[in-house]
Order: sequence, then structure tokens, then C-alpha cells
Amino acid sequence: MTDIKIKIESLYKIFGNKPASVLQHVHDGMSKADLLEKHGHVLGLKDINVDIPARGISVIMGLSGSGKSTLIRHINRLIEPTAGKVIIDDQDVLAMNKKQLGDFRRHKASMVFQKFGLHVHKTVAENVAYGLVIQGIALKEAKKQSQKWLDRVGLAGFEEHYPSQLSGGMQQRVGLARALATDAEILLMDEAFSALDPLIRTDMQDVLLDLQTELHKTIVFITHDLDEALRIGDNIAILRDGAVIQQGEPQNIIINPADDYIFDFVKDINRGRVLQVKTLMSTGTGISGPDIVEKTVLEDALQVIANADTKAANIVDEGGNTVGSITLEQVVKGLARPDVETNPESRYR
Amino acid sequence: MSSLTEFLTTFPAMGRRDLSELKKAIDGGFRTFSREFGESLENFFYPLLKFLVWLEKLLLATPWPIIILIVAALAWFGSRSIKIVIGSVLSFLAIGYFGMWKDTMSTLAIISVSTIVCISVGIPLGILMARSDRAQAIVTPILDIMQTIPAFVYLIPVVMLLGIGKVPGLIAVCIYAIPPVVRLTNLGIRLVEKEALEAADAFGANYRQRLFGVQIPLALPNIFAGINQTIMMALAMVVIASMIGVAGLGVPVLRSISNQYLALGMMNGLAIVALAIIFDRVSQSYGERLQRHRHGVQHD
Repeated sequence: MTDIKIKIESLYKIFGNKPASVLQHVHDGMSKADLLEKHGHVLGLKDINVDIPARGISVIMGLSGSGKSTLIRHINRLIEPTAGKVIIDDQDVLAMNKKQLGDFRRHKASMVFQKFGLHVHKTVAENVAYGLVIQGIALKEAKKQSQKWLDRVGLAGFEEHYPSQLSGGMQQRVGLARALATDAEILLMDEAFSALDPLIRTDMQDVLLDLQTELHKTIVFITHDLDEALRIGDNIAILRDGAVIQQGEPQNIIINPADDYIFDFVKDINRGRVLQVKTLMSTGTGISGPDIVEKTVLEDALQVIANADTKAANIVDEGGNTVGSITLEQVVKGLARPDVETNPESRYR
Repeated sequence: MSSLTEFLTTFPAMGRRDLSELKKAIDGGFRTFSREFGESLENFFYPLLKFLVWLEKLLLATPWPIIILIVAALAWFGSRSIKIVIGSVLSFLAIGYFGMWKDTMSTLAIISVSTIVCISVGIPLGILMARSDRAQAIVTPILDIMQTIPAFVYLIPVVMLLGIGKVPGLIAVCIYAIPPVVRLTNLGIRLVEKEALEAADAFGANYRQRLFGVQIPLALPNIFAGINQTIMMALAMVVIASMIGVAGLGVPVLRSISNQYLALGMMNGLAIVALAIIFDRVSQSYGERLQRHRHGVQHD
């Protein structure tokens, strides 16, 4: 695909008194439960290999305890690894010295937190300017520079408020503006919207997507919510028990879940609103029928195809070139929830 | 049989002679130590003594209306409450009217100096304790001893080292009064939310930026509670300090104990209480005002 911004290579994290001493057991394939029982260490991350492309939103998804928050904290090294590499622009973050790491955090990667992590003793404007102040810019100048981000996330007029005077959604806007203000190329978002109620969450997702069309940052987004992952992710990695069990484009994960666990995840989503015609079409020449843009979701396409005489449609890309075709039957098949038995070879046991 | 009874009824204590030898050895050792280092210690504390004497003289030389104005201004600056200002002014007027002005100025001087000493030693110590678990493990039991040991017991070595006077009095007051500010600084910093610190780390804050930008501001309410307690405890030591030559409201109290002067004792005791209440109210409301962000919840 595109160029890789962050390359995570065989990353391991073991929590305990002497992680290095039990690393070999993990290499030998000892399970998380056995490691805890026999050696008193907790396996946090196991052989993580993930490539995060530049200028896209990469979602790392998993349930609680899957290691996703641990993983994102390795990217800016808020957590020290047991073994492995995190390579960003040819530099291993995990091998940086204190000064390099400080520069990296100040200029290259910023972060948004689940519980906002705002400084309650500072005003909204001071919070948003925080990253710049840490870079050594005087508060007054930093406030001036960060004002546009404050405006951009819709906080104009709240500059002199304290975080405790704002609602959760507004507080996270402060968190987002603070992260954007440093102009870092990498934005790490740790369950940034999970603490918000559903409507506000959708709202914030829109804010993020809207910003991203303009800024093209490399965003790593952690979530436990598949709908959120599908909505904003350009690609998704799914984590379970500290290991990546599937990664790829969202469409592909829905069509081909790698195992039972992921199947359980994807079976309840609204396929009509997520799957795109591109994913299901027969590639090649078109047929007679109406044109549908390739990124149309099934729900929208269904109406058009059902109304067509041929019960089929041409699929065109954004430039209007024909890329394939789809029939009503293909759409209906795509909408149907796949039965587990249809692909027994992928059963995880 | 009889030897067993004797064993059970009489504790197998050290021989009387050995015990007295041991005590003598310790006393002798300490006396040698104080002869050796007493003077250099005195020199070490000399600037403090000078400052204390200077402050006391200044307070005594300043005309009383000016002192009352300053008290009113400080109370207003600290509390922004007209009630507290009026209360403070009335207390000082009463103190003067009942003839305790001079002693009160002396007490104010020693309380101010010992509070300054306690803060400038206690807060850094508390920061150190918050930073290192080992420092905490070492300092905590020392603070426990300082708070529980009877004041008379540590007066002995202090007097042996430095004699009778203002400096030993100041040291005695500080030993008694410093633990709260140390403890609450440590506690306050340790209680700072993990999220706020993680955010500071994620944005690349260094130790200094983390400490002064996040930890101390967020710990301020606790640190202030500590300072407040320190002042209160320093005031409580005024009487004991007067036993080793510190001038102030403690002296008449001491005199009234030995001569059974009820009125004298009560008046000076109440003057100490008045000072305590003024210090307490002013410093507490200042501490509260420092954190208006916690109170200003007004959702828009």
C-alpha cells in the first residue's frame, strides 16, 4: 500500500518482576495463563508485528485486557517494552535516549486519552497550549498559536473556562485540540471517544474525520467498539490476549473473519451500512444497468439495483471509469449474515 | 523453687551500676560532641538568629496602627472576606488593650520565622519523599518520632548543644511543627491523578516541567493544609519554647502556672488562640481560593 510510518516489529511486553527471565518461555509458546500460574508474570503483548501506513487512520481494536492500551503506549514509550522495535522514520523509538525521546514526544507524536488527561488547574486555553509550552514557547505566544485549533474543534468562547466547567464531549475537544496544537505528524488516540455517550461519540468521530481530510496525519486509534473501528478506520488490527489475530482493510475483515473470535465480533454489525459494493463486485467489464460509485454501501446500492431492469449495476470509481459489476443476488448474499458452517476451515477450534 | 519465683517476679534487668555507667557514657559522649561542635552549630544558625532578632525588633519598633493595618491587609489579601478582616483587627486591638502587644509581636516573629524554616525545608523534603519510595521509607518513621516524642525529651539535647535562647527554641518549634507540611506535600504529590501526569509525559515534559507545571499545582490544596497545620503546631509550642528562653506569649503563661495567676494565664492563652484562629482562617481561605477551578462548576 502506501508508505509505512510506524513499523512495530516483534514487540513483547511482559509485566512482572523479572520480565526478561521469562521471555524465553513466551518464545517457546507458553500461554498467558501458564505464564501467570508458573512464573507469576503477566503477558501483556506477544510478538506484535504491525505496519501503520502514513496519513491514514489505523484502528487497533480489542476488548478490555487485550493489550491495546499497552500497545499504543509503546509507540511513544510511555511503557517500556520487554523486547522488540518500534520504528518510526528509520528510528527505533525503543532505543532512543532520554533527550531523543523527549524531542520525539514534543514534536512528532501527540496523544489523546480516554479519560481526557486534562490539567484541571489550567484554563481551556492553557490546556490547549500545553504541548507548545512544553516545547519551550512562552505561554502567551503558545496561546496565540494554538487558538486556531481551539476554534477548529469548536471551543471558541470557552478559552477562560476550566475543564470542570465543561461536559465530557467538550473536555475531549480540549484534549484533541491540545494534541493537534503541536503539529505532530502522529496522533495517538487511546479510546479517545469511549468515555462519551453515543451521540457525542458520533459527533467527535465526525470532527476527527473532518480534520483528517484536511490534515492527513498518521492516526493510531484504539477502540473496543467495532462500529467505531469500521466507521473511521482505513485499516484495522484486532488484538486478543496480547496478540494480533487479524489485520487488514475493514471490508476484508468483515468478509473473511480470520477466526471464531473475529466472526463473533463482526456477525452483529449492520452489514448493509458497512460493506461497499466494491468489496462484493465481479471485477472486469461492466454490464448494462445504472452506474454506482464503488464506495457506495450495500444499503444504498440495493434500492438502485432493485429498481433496475437488469437487476444489476455497473460499478464505477470516483473518476467514472467502470471497474466491475454487481447483481442483485450478490448484494443480497452480501447482506446475509454468513453461517458459521459456510467456512468451516476457518473455525478456530 | 525460690529462685524460679524470684526470676518470675523480678525482671532480669541490667545491673544498677552497669546502667548508670551506660547512661554516663552516653551523656559524656554527647557532652564531648556538643563541646566539639556546639560552636560551629551556633555559627551555622547565626544568620537565622539575626533574622529572628531583626524581625522581632522590626515588629516592636513599628507603630501599632501600622501593624494593625498590615494585619488587615494581609487578612484581606489572604481571605478576601471582610468578616475575617474585622475579626483580625478586633483581636489585635483587644490584645493591645489588655497589655499583651509586646509579647504578641515576639510570638509573631518566632512563628513567622519557624514557619518559613518549616516550609523551606519541609516542602523540598516532601517532594523528595514523593519522588522516591526509599526516601519515604526512611523519612516517615523519623516524622513519626518527631510527632510523638515528648517535647521535653528533645529539648534536652537541643539545650545541651546550643544552650538556652532563641535558636534552640526555634529548633524545638520546628521539630514539632514540620511533620505536617512534609507529610502533606508528599501525600499531595502522590495523589495527583495518573492521567494528568501521563499527559505531561506524553507531551514530553521534563522532570522540572512535570513537577512545577502539574504535580505541585495539583497538590497545592494538600500542601496548604500542611502549611496550615504547621502554623497551628508552631503556635502550640509557644509555651514550651518559652521554657528555654523564647520571648513571647508563652512567658506569662509559664509564670502564671508557677504562681497560679488565673487571669494572666487565661488572657495570654486566649491571645495565642486568637492568633491561631486568624492564621488558620486566612491561610485556609487562601488555599481554597487557589483552586477555584474545583468549585466553578457551571455547565453551559
